[in-house]
Amino acid sequence: MSQANDVYYVPHESRWPVYGIPGMVLLAGGFSIYLNGGSWGMPMMVIGAVITLLMTVMWFRDVVNESLAHKYNAQVDRSFRQGMAWFIFSEVMFFGAFFGALFYARVFSIPWLGGEDPATSRFLWDSVVLSWPTAGPGFLDLEFQPMGAWALPTINTLILLTSGVTLTIAHHAMKENHRSKVIWGLAATVLLGAIFMSVQSYEYVHAYQDLNLRMDTGIYGSTFFMLTGFHGVHVTIGAIALFVILIRVIKGHFTADDHFGFEAAAWYWHFVDVVWLGLYVFVYLI
Amino acid sequence: MSSTTHDAHHDHHAPPKGITRWLFTTNHKDLGILYMVFALIMFFVGGAMAMIIRVELFQPGLTLVDPHFFNQMTTMHALVMIFGALMPAFTGLANWLIPVQIGAPDMALPRINNWAFWLLPAGFTLLLLTLFLPGGAPAGGWTMYPPLILQLGDAFPFLIFAVHILGISSIMGSINIAATILNMRAPGMTLMKMPLFVWAWLITAFLIVAVMPVLAGAVTMLLTDQYFGTSFFNAAGGGDPVMFQHIFWFFGHPEVYILILPAFGIVSAIIPTFARKPLFGYSSMVYATASIAFLSFIVWGHHMFSVGMPLAGQLFFMYATMLVAVPTGVKIFNWMATMWQGSMTFETPMLFAIAFVILFTIGGLSGVMLALAPVDLQYHDTYFVVAHFHYVLVSGAIFSVFAAVYFWLPKWTGNMYDERLGKWHFWLSTISVNVLFFPQHFLGLAGMPRRIPDYALQFAEFNMISSIGGFVFGLSQLIFLWVIIKCVRGGEKASDQVWEGAKGLEWTLPSPAPYHTFERPPVVK
Amino acid sequence: MNLKKLTRVLAAVGGPGLLLFSASALAVPESDWRRPWGLNLPQGVTSLSEQVYNLHMLVFYISLAIGLFVTVGVLYSVVKFRKSAGAVPAQWHHSTTVEIIWTVIPFLILLFIAIPATQTMIKIDDTSEYDMTVKVTGYQWMWEYEYLDEDIQFFSRLDRDSDRARRRNPEIRPQDVEHYLLNVDNPLVVPVNTRIRFLLTANDVIHAWWVPELGWKKDAIPGFINEAWAEIREPGVYRGQCAELCGRDHAFMPIVVVALEQEDYEAWVAEQRGDNGTGELGEPVGAQPAAEAGTPEQREAMVEGAPDTAADDADTDVAEDAAGNGEDMSTDDLMAVGRQVYDSQCIACHQATGQGLGAAFPALAGNERVIEDRDWVKDVVMNGVPGTAMQAYARLSDEDLAGLLTYITNAWDNDSGEVFQPADIQAAR
Ligand code: HEA
Ligand code: HEA
Ligand code: HEC
Ligand code: CUA
Ligand SMILES: [Cu+2]
Repeated sequence: MSQANDVYYVPHESRWPVYGIPGMVLLAGGFSIYLNGGSWGMPMMVIGAVITLLMTVMWFRDVVNESLAHKYNAQVDRSFRQGMAWFIFSEVMFFGAFFGALFYARVFSIPWLGGEDPATSRFLWDSVVLSWPTAGPGFLDLEFQPMGAWALPTINTLILLTSGVTLTIAHHAMKENHRSKVIWGLAATVLLGAIFMSVQSYEYVHAYQDLNLRMDTGIYGSTFFMLTGFHGVHVTIGAIALFVILIRVIKGHFTADDHFGFEAAAWYWHFVDVVWLGLYVFVYLI
Repeated sequence: MSSTTHDAHHDHHAPPKGITRWLFTTNHKDLGILYMVFALIMFFVGGAMAMIIRVELFQPGLTLVDPHFFNQMTTMHALVMIFGALMPAFTGLANWLIPVQIGAPDMALPRINNWAFWLLPAGFTLLLLTLFLPGGAPAGGWTMYPPLILQLGDAFPFLIFAVHILGISSIMGSINIAATILNMRAPGMTLMKMPLFVWAWLITAFLIVAVMPVLAGAVTMLLTDQYFGTSFFNAAGGGDPVMFQHIFWFFGHPEVYILILPAFGIVSAIIPTFARKPLFGYSSMVYATASIAFLSFIVWGHHMFSVGMPLAGQLFFMYATMLVAVPTGVKIFNWMATMWQGSMTFETPMLFAIAFVILFTIGGLSGVMLALAPVDLQYHDTYFVVAHFHYVLVSGAIFSVFAAVYFWLPKWTGNMYDERLGKWHFWLSTISVNVLFFPQHFLGLAGMPRRIPDYALQFAEFNMISSIGGFVFGLSQLIFLWVIIKCVRGGEKASDQVWEGAKGLEWTLPSPAPYHTFERPPVVK
Repeated sequence: MNLKKLTRVLAAVGGPGLLLFSASALAVPESDWRRPWGLNLPQGVTSLSEQVYNLHMLVFYISLAIGLFVTVGVLYSVVKFRKSAGAVPAQWHHSTTVEIIWTVIPFLILLFIAIPATQTMIKIDDTSEYDMTVKVTGYQWMWEYEYLDEDIQFFSRLDRDSDRARRRNPEIRPQDVEHYLLNVDNPLVVPVNTRIRFLLTANDVIHAWWVPELGWKKDAIPGFINEAWAEIREPGVYRGQCAELCGRDHAFMPIVVVALEQEDYEAWVAEQRGDNGTGELGEPVGAQPAAEAGTPEQREAMVEGAPDTAADDADTDVAEDAAGNGEDMSTDDLMAVGRQVYDSQCIACHQATGQGLGAAFPALAGNERVIEDRDWVKDVVMNGVPGTAMQAYARLSDEDLAGLLTYITNAWDNDSGEVFQPADIQAAR
């Protein structure tokens, strides 16, 4: 095989994963206690989050240093690539669950509750007629307005699509060793990501204050906030990752043919982009 | 030539000493052992819960525990067995075996590997802790159906986050396995030359990465329904409790194949070895495994025939489920053909593998009965289902793990295990597992629902028989434990090949296998 | 001595005789499918159930054949091709023909099974025609039946004897209860040879309504209605259970269907109307037909009229005596009655310790409002909290309710000092 002349790198020991474990236990346990109304939940959570964060930073620092020391060969690089690809696949499936919920509600449960299933509708819900968007047959007196598709979401779609373009420009520049172009491309991408998140936050405030559209506004609010919320979290993570990459570019960590870190973050960003397109179509437009 | 570098300060062939060896290790053999030890402990924990279930059901009346506690035991038993015992056992085997079977120096992502393992104790700390919380541990069944699960007390968020953590662990473990198989094979080890265990795990890893996130999504929706006012599973808000079941079983059905495909791989390694004859129909085995995996995504509705799905849905899921019998049948028949005109000896691994073929078939056939939607309306949620899945899970998956441990233990420890004790373990287990689960078919057909702590008098006889079988089966596992301990501590030295008919890279290594293997990739012809 | 007591004495003395009498004069026979060592599904008493049974037997025999084929095949190899018997291993490992054969044959077998399965499924699913409709609602942990065309409605819960025997350290042994865990206070009464449409739903969590002899089970899902149908051919008593885990007392919400000839059914309906024309929520009805079924509990229930699932005999007697005289009861008596009622009715959710259960079931012990707000707690217990598992208990007698309220406001160190008398309850009705 092609790696015949390579040297395979196996880190012998690593303390970061294990150090991160108490962090995760504290984070999850603390959040649980917080949700149960316990007073030390919050501090536990914060400590857990800090530990987890530190662990992540240290872990990545080790990887970056090993990479800079040229300990990785083509085979390791492929392992990383495949690992990242499988990881993104798992993320796709995670969003799949929420899209599934949206489709199920729209195609099945709302019509059933709202008249298509005569027995359910007549005997349990006073024969109400429902159509999307709705807060459900139990919250008919709840007045809310759905999020329109045209103003903010469309702007956001354009922003995110543009960010995909700037990122691709940066990638091409990377391959051609145009460092300054890489830097502005990346910077533009991160900036666009930040603008996207600002618009998104503004949209949430608008939803809560003006539209009376909230998490608890029945199934419409549930699916809307769950999908856009998790997407927003991913945008944030992606933007942070790209920002780190930007700094590494500035520090000169990458070369034209060795920049896996860059590519991983870029893949992730494109994935977030594609999810948004799904959201735009199924949450806002249709 | 290729070789492997390690952090400089280490001696190349001896593992570091002390507790940090196990905490910080990135060595696939160490991690494999950790996984398997963890699985064994969890098997005993989950088994102890099963024993409480069987004691309560020994005779009618509430004899031992409160019904609420009984429900906690049922729920936790399943969660511990599936996520704590079986999956980690298979992942452990994968960790130890896959690199040596494909001629790789280690796993592709060793640090991730370490993390994936240590997440398990973390997740189970959170999960088992709930037994001591006000309101007790989860008691709504391992399927966690809302709205019932929302009545859980303080344990609720712990359950959700434990599932998240265990999910991350499985996903990370599987990504690592998939990357290893796709990327780390020795020169000449083409995909269609890989041992079937490796193939089975490649497909299993795909299933895990595809469905664990869906489970994570489902429980996240439970969490927000409980604490943040969403209405995913609440009709008043336009949701549907049944929606949870669809999402859960989209995960849940592939999950049961996650629990059996590696078993198929193990059996495909053991039968040819002791029949001294090559595996029959290697490539059709691979295609059959892939077909099962594909079909597993479109059959989830067979757990939900009674929820009131539209007719078309019922029929679709019925047909798709029945189809699974075809590729699975191919595997069964291929194993039979492998034994045919072989030259068989019956060491413990082979005995367990043979029992697997017969007993798994019994479980599979009751599965096909369950697949028939109109009749499942009778079988559903009765002990007939309990009998079905314990045949495939215990005398199927767990037996394959027993077989695997006996088969590879000499390679791991360098010592032969005690064959006489192994045979005792086999015969006691095989007889008692049938005494334990076969009468449950009758109970189910005769009308006994599952998940009940007390039952009508007509079910008394078979329940008592089943419980007795259960106690004997449980006690027999102490023999298993003893065999392992004894073998680790010493015994007759094992040769490199260990078994006369053994073929494959791992049998070319010394026994016990050195800490690092294949630093120079072998060439596979 | 009131009528209730009298009949109880009579029943005790003449019990065995009565049993014989009713067994011979049985209008509705007990189905003989449920018995110890039972192995198989019932053929049932509807056309559906019979079809389902036949399908079950078909696929069972096919499975048996395949199972035997595999077992015999493996064991034959084990005997024949053992090394110790001198077997020499062949080296072949492939044959496309053979593999095609064992792909195609199973496929054909499955096709053969799929045809009748599809037909049966289509038939089960067709609820379009019906002669009457019963709406079934699952509660934690009982069933409510509403006859949509008859204005009849009642609850059906575990019968008293089973309920006493199912506790830990019970007063009576399960072995001494006839139809232990399979008997209810008010069975569902339906006519034979009538196409009945069932509308199933639930109030709190998912339950499943299952009577094996009708040939199916169906989930009762809160917020949705599922439909199913049955046409019972033979008069009889058919028993079943809730078949979806629904919490602590999932094992204790049985189902009894009494199928009567048309005229008997009509008589029953008339009686329901007569006794209970309003069909008001929570009012007990439907005891009489059970009597014809001839089981002792049901006979007793008939004579007593209202099923009194609540209190133990002795305490009820105290209560009755007191109430009968229009006198107040002593606090001790109230606490004793209350404890009995609590242990049988409330313990499942609010627990013996009064600490409640999880997030859904509030604690009563140390609950400020329970201790302080006399009128509110009376209202909650009598009228329930709509939309939650907490139902209305107004159907209990004045004495039981008085005892119960006294008990929960004073037990577990609640010590409010409040005393509720039957007259208070009477006034609140
Ligand atoms: C290892 C785990 C495992 C495996 C492998 C299987 C395998 C199968 N299962 Fe099972 N199943 C479970 C674990 C598993 N199951 C669990 C845990 C549950 C319960 C979950 C819960 O509710 O808690 C369950 C429940 C379950 C149900 C739902 C029952 C209900 O709740 O009402 C159904 C229904 O269709 C089903 C069907 C099948 C089928 C058709 C197969 C097939 O894959 C079997 C195929 C194998 C064979 C058929 C035998 C060999 C084949 C031949 C010899 C060829 C010739 C055969 C024919 C022509 C028939 N299973
Ligand atoms: C891999 C999965 C797995 C495994 C291995 C097992 C193993 C066993 N299971 Fe279980 N089981 C499930 C998965 C599994 N189960 C699932 C998914 C459910 C459904 C849950 C639900 O409804 O939500 C279930 C439910 C279930 C029920 C139904 C409960 C109910 O519906 O209320 C029962 C009842 O008999 C049962 C019994 C057993 C027994 C006796 C064993 C035995 O094989 C266990 C044997 C092991 C030991 C006993 C441990 C080792 C020995 C010791 C600890 C020494 C001490 C021994 C003695 C004192 C005797 N299991
Ligand atoms: C099936 C479960 C169940 C049973 C049985 C039950 N309850 Fe409740 N009970 C509840 C639930 C659920 C609530 C909370 C209702 C709400 O959300 O306000 C409740 C609330 C109450 C409250 C109000 C407490 C509060 O703080 O809001 C009282 C008092 C009470 N129950 C008394 C009783 C008594 C007395 C009995 C027996 C006769 C009984 N309950 C039986 C489920 C049950
Ligand atoms: Cu109701 Cu189970
Ligand atoms: Cu399944």
